[in-house]
Amino acid sequence: MSLVFAIAPALPLGKSGKFVAAAYIVFVLLILVYVAIMAVRAQRLERELQELRRDVEAARAAQDADDRRTEAVL
Amino acid sequence: MQKIFYIHVPLAIVSLGGFIFGGLMAIGYLRTGDRAWDMRSYVAIHMALIFGIGGLVTGSIWAKASWGHWWVWSEPTLVSFLIVILLFATYQPLRFSIEDPERQARYASVFAVVAGAFVPLNYLAVSLATAYVHPRVLTLTSANLPPSMGLVFVVSLAGIALLYVTLWKYEMAAKNARSQVRRLRRTLLGEDTVRPAGRSAAPS
Repeated sequence: MSLVFAIAPALPLGKSGKFVAAAYIVFVLLILVYVAIMAVRAQRLERELQELRRDVEAARAAQDADDRRTEAVL
Repeated sequence: MQKIFYIHVPLAIVSLGGFIFGGLMAIGYLRTGDRAWDMRSYVAIHMALIFGIGGLVTGSIWAKASWGHWWVWSEPTLVSFLIVILLFATYQPLRFSIEDPERQARYASVFAVVAGAFVPLNYLAVSLATAYVHPRVLTLTSANLPPSMGLVFVVSLAGIALLYVTLWKYEMAAKNARSQVRRLRRTLLGEDTVRPAGRSAAPS
């Protein structure tokens, strides 16, 4: 980090520099908020997939139990 | 101060391009009736609106720094861009107000095509306007940029356009995955295991 500060010029935070920084911060914030929303949606999708897998496994187990019972009766 | 230019102008251009792209995707829906086109159009307009708001805010900051005002109502470029943003801001409420998915997709597509056609017409009208204080770096015939700025501008524009395409694909993938999970649940476990989606502005 100190190397970066050594080679990078000082931020021009004069009168107009603050406006430039504000504009870029707005842009980065916009992207960050969007990515955060998409991350929440991805987590929800992951939960739905886990729920689906559990439900399918439960349905398969119930089906197998039914088949075994039918075979035993026959 | 010109550093804001490298982010504000590409955001505005990509946003307007995104609205036109959404209109083109909507034509695809009206021609084929395939709901995938409606989804593409919806996501394109949704993303363009976000980029447009970014363009508005960064432009406002630039205006404050350059002209001393956050907004200049007598400036046609600013007001026309705001009109386009407000026009497309009604797209989602329009979708939400229609419950039937087929009608929702059809009406939204017609809106997207008409509003998408309005974007270049609006740009042309503003370009022909004589009184403006907004810097005019890109005209219909030439680009009034010094070469050193031109290269940085082109790179910025390409970067923002790529960001738009990436986020569009990302959101399309997320929406498609969600709808496929619902379809899979319906196929494997029956119709009654899927919670009703409820009224939504997004295509289902």
